[in-house]
Amino acid sequence: MIDPKTIAHIAKLARLEVSAEEASRYSGDLSKALGYFEQISKVDTQGVEPLVTPSEMQPFWREDEAKREFTAEEMTANAPEKMGNLFKVPPVV
Amino acid sequence: MDLTHASMVEIAQAVRSKKVSAKEVANHYKHRIEKLDKQLNSFITVNDQAETEAAKIDEKIARGEDPGPLAGVPFGVKDMFCTRGLKTTAASRILGGFVPPYDATVVARLKQAGIVVMGKLNLDEFAMGSSNETSAFGAVKNPWNLDCVPGGSSGGSAAAQAARLVAGTVGTDTGGSIRQPASFCGIVGVKPTYGRVSRYGIVAYASSLDQAGPMVSTVQDAALTLELISGRDERDSTTAEKKVPAFSKDLSTNVKGMKIGVLKEYMAGGLHPDVEKTVQKAMENLKSMGAELVEVSAPLTEHAVPIYYLIATSEASSNLARYDGVRFGHRADFGNLSAVELDQFYSRSRGEGFGDEVKRRIMLGTYCLSSGYYDAYYSKACQVRRLIRDQFDDVFKKCDVVLSPVSTHPAFKTGERISDPLAMYLNDIYTVSTNLAGLPGMSVPFGLSKERLPIGVQLTAGHYEEQKMLNVAAALEAVSPVKGEKPHVI
Repeated sequence: MIDPKTIAHIAKLARLEVSAEEASRYSGDLSKALGYFEQISKVDTQGVEPLVTPSEMQPFWREDEAKREFTAEEMTANAPEKMGNLFKVPPVV
Repeated sequence: MDLTHASMVEIAQAVRSKKVSAKEVANHYKHRIEKLDKQLNSFITVNDQAETEAAKIDEKIARGEDPGPLAGVPFGVKDMFCTRGLKTTAASRILGGFVPPYDATVVARLKQAGIVVMGKLNLDEFAMGSSNETSAFGAVKNPWNLDCVPGGSSGGSAAAQAARLVAGTVGTDTGGSIRQPASFCGIVGVKPTYGRVSRYGIVAYASSLDQAGPMVSTVQDAALTLELISGRDERDSTTAEKKVPAFSKDLSTNVKGMKIGVLKEYMAGGLHPDVEKTVQKAMENLKSMGAELVEVSAPLTEHAVPIYYLIATSEASSNLARYDGVRFGHRADFGNLSAVELDQFYSRSRGEGFGDEVKRRIMLGTYCLSSGYYDAYYSKACQVRRLIRDQFDDVFKKCDVVLSPVSTHPAFKTGERISDPLAMYLNDIYTVSTNLAGLPGMSVPFGLSKERLPIGVQLTAGHYEEQKMLNVAAALEAVSPVKGEKPHVI
């Protein structure tokens, strides 16, 4: 059972503001979904290596070379708030 | 020339041989979008530069340069792909008016081949949905019946293609998002092998499952589009080094001697009678064309929906952490920024920007990855994922291509399932295993329900065996009982 306290904890981890109405709904939805998902505990997976990506090939590497593809103006063009070419954020220290 | 119903290949040939100009083609489709999309809501953004861009292709031809194999083909692009200078939203408020400074590799390669981007197509928010009802820009309607959903998440692509508001589209498929809407709208949709097509510039949902592919009107068009977008990309380290076959040139309707697997678990109970009949009919047709039917089994597919949602939401909760209101997208309005705490800044911006289903999945994924639950949910799901992939490896030792339904039912009514998230998740029962195992799969139209709603059949092949799957699709298309059937919106 995913109680409202757990929902508040997850919302904090996810940096996601949820309203009281949403929290109560998600509590029900998540409990129902996870209750259904419980079935996987029946599968014997002893000694099975988790598969995190379907292509287990060697990823290829390229030289770490700097390329000038974009200007600072282009890279900051979508900023919600900026000063010159800097992103404006709340104080963090 | 019937521009509205011409295939991509036919349009490109006509443009290349100057029978029609790319600009005329773009103009024709622009008018169709203006006239018909009010009913469908398949576009989020219409590209007002389309005719200008088309004119450049005509200039290229006039100068004697090669305009590419898709010269002047009007394309719709699912709004999950970044398009340089053209708004990209993922159907979410959180991306706001995001205008990418670059093209996704898929888009860049198609532009190189000569397409004209007509606009960006609607979808479920962040591709999270199976009905195109979770979009922040409103639900999309099915052109075969406006009371029904077009499927999802690539619902805008499927609807626009079926109604021929474009001549070709590309979509993305994380758990069935190309194949299921293709089936619901009566078009051809291909999800390639994981690693075949670059994910660079595609808004990430679940990175180990996402693949892009064509959603078009014919198998030939699908083969050609796939060929053009496939292949290694230095910007996506999961793309395979493998040589890309000439899918369109090698396309053949000869299925003599091919082994067609019928997956026992996908034919057992719960199927709508018209869906069952459609798959049966495809089996009979393939048999009469000389293919051999063999029964195969992958019993762990029973657990595929839970495994898929545990993995997809876990990956999504991580991928969507980037939407923080700092560098792009929606930022909550705080007035005085210097008085705001950082956590509150993130939480409120995200809480306002994400829609209901996206929040639900972020919550579910965060829970699965949180301390104390990681082993029981995420890690366990990945273990079963390996076993599912192994079962499919065995299946493809016994057959070349698996034939199955795409979905238990034809398109359902708008509003019918949206209030029950779990019921909506169970829609994906026959499509998610393909993504978990990284296999190629596709939907090809092969039936109509009594209510005249399209029904596709699903073909799945082994890793990097798209050609076999496309050939079976071409064989079915040639004898399809629904060839030439069109939605009433046209």
